[in-house]
Amino acid sequence: MTSALGSVPAGPGTATRPGGADPARPARRNRRGRPTRWIGWLWVLPALLMYGFFVLRPLALTVQYSLYRWNGIGPAQWVGFDNYLTVFTDRDLLKIITNAFVLIIFFSFIPVVLGLLVASLVRRITTGPGGTLVRTVLFLPQVIPLVAAGIAWSWVLSSNGLVNQLLRAVGLDRVTRPWLGEFSTALPAVGVIGTWIMLGLCTILLVTGMSKIDPSLYEAARMDGAGPIREFFAVTLPSLRQEIGVCLTVTVIAALASFDIVYISTSGGPGIQTTVPGLEIYRLAFSQRQVGLASALGVVLMLLVLVCVLPIQRLTRGEKP
Amino acid sequence: MNLTSRSERVSGRIFLIALVVVTLLPFLSMLSAALQPRGTVPTGLAWPSDPQWSNFADAFTAANMGALLKSSMLIVAGVVPIGVLIATMAGFGLGHLRVPGGHIAFGLLLLGLTLPFEAVVTPLYYQMRDLGLLNTRWAIILPLIGLYMPFAVFWMRAHFTNVPAELSEAARVDGSNTWQLFWRIHVPLARPAIASLTILLFLWTWNQFLLAIVMVDDATKRTMAGALGAFQGQWGTDLVLLCAGSLLILTPTLIVFLIFQRQFIKALLQGSVKG
Repeated sequence: MTSALGSVPAGPGTATRPGGADPARPARRNRRGRPTRWIGWLWVLPALLMYGFFVLRPLALTVQYSLYRWNGIGPAQWVGFDNYLTVFTDRDLLKIITNAFVLIIFFSFIPVVLGLLVASLVRRITTGPGGTLVRTVLFLPQVIPLVAAGIAWSWVLSSNGLVNQLLRAVGLDRVTRPWLGEFSTALPAVGVIGTWIMLGLCTILLVTGMSKIDPSLYEAARMDGAGPIREFFAVTLPSLRQEIGVCLTVTVIAALASFDIVYISTSGGPGIQTTVPGLEIYRLAFSQRQVGLASALGVVLMLLVLVCVLPIQRLTRGEKP
Repeated sequence: MNLTSRSERVSGRIFLIALVVVTLLPFLSMLSAALQPRGTVPTGLAWPSDPQWSNFADAFTAANMGALLKSSMLIVAGVVPIGVLIATMAGFGLGHLRVPGGHIAFGLLLLGLTLPFEAVVTPLYYQMRDLGLLNTRWAIILPLIGLYMPFAVFWMRAHFTNVPAELSEAARVDGSNTWQLFWRIHVPLARPAIASLTILLFLWTWNQFLLAIVMVDDATKRTMAGALGAFQGQWGTDLVLLCAGSLLILTPTLIVFLIFQRQFIKALLQGSVKG
């Protein structure tokens, strides 16, 4: 696309493919007067100033804080990389980081797998009123605040809640328990809330992608005698690579940086069973006054997100022609 | 397309319907609890013999809904117009005017695209304290504008990159300057992108929780989500009232969502694809 310097981009000019926005793209040579080009920075400046002052500056400060021991009030004491050492050696903090990765199973893998299943069975959601209804309902969890989802599910998963009511109805009284309150079930129970939030989005994204696949591909696969399973791996999965990438990116970030749901439904308990890095940063910084350690955990969390998300991006975008 | 077999399509339908039911059940369960008499212990999903709709009125007073709505709207009014305006301008500068060295600014912004808010919330708190803005809505509004810039500029730039340069050149012949060009030609053309961005920023602001609870102690100066957190803290033991209040606090979002449903779904789908 960039080769056609100065000319109107042919054909897919209005296509809004994410691949079209390449950060490394060279600035186009300007045929107009030169002075206007530098003045153009005035257009970018307000956004950059807000970003610089409210994101880049705090980010630099987080890195700086992370090298000190500081209670937020008194003098700060330089400790070098001690805080990072603590993050990677302290048993509790390691457990907290692991919890975030466990949540990825519930926030990302289960919704994507179930979404793929539904997508390959449904192929498309009709455009009629039924389809609109389905789409609207499946989007509800994306629209309501996560806090509300947390409150609703704390009730659903409580001793008298809907889950236990259903279990009793089918005679599984022995299994009933306060799901968010017991050591063994608390983290998966929080995960289920995440699954509920992400499932609709993933399903609709995948079904939408599915409806764009050329039906002749399936025809060809059937002619070659492929069964539904071969068909899935040979046609569906490769064609949906980009949509799967999107689902994974969004949900993995949501899992690693989760805060609202956990804060509302369990406050990290019982013990630290459901504590996630986001919640621990909040607690360390604002209740325990360990600003340095909180900041180190913040830096680690930011890097973890990058380390997990960049490969997904590469996988889904890099090999595109 | 008769390729999908009948049984496949039927099982697909069933899956989809099951998904819809599972999505709705928590809401129904909340509603059934909200309608029980105050002071009783509700169970999962049971339609009350005598639904107590007055619980919603109680919750309205208990949650101080009037003040909450006003506060959330003030915050949205502070964040969304300014955020959309400066992001559109920056997108125009980077995507259409192609300022020299613009890719550096863009790269810097990309850095923030995956940044978890938790990573910067601590210094932001001290920054706001030093500015004397803690416990005011500005402490939520100003950082949010900055935090939304990576996505918002990315979004608007993607639109402006695809606008042919000839469009501006033709207008320049007429003697309009860049400012006029922007308002007369480019903003009207960018309306769909701006609309989606507006919807997304509204939703994210309304639902913002972390900044609200860190920066502001007074629930009536927070966002809706932040207020809901406080409401749970206060009424957590009174399940009936908690469910009624939560549903009530959800209603404004739901109404806006149902009205602009098509645009919302489009914006959320596109938003996740690009973000």
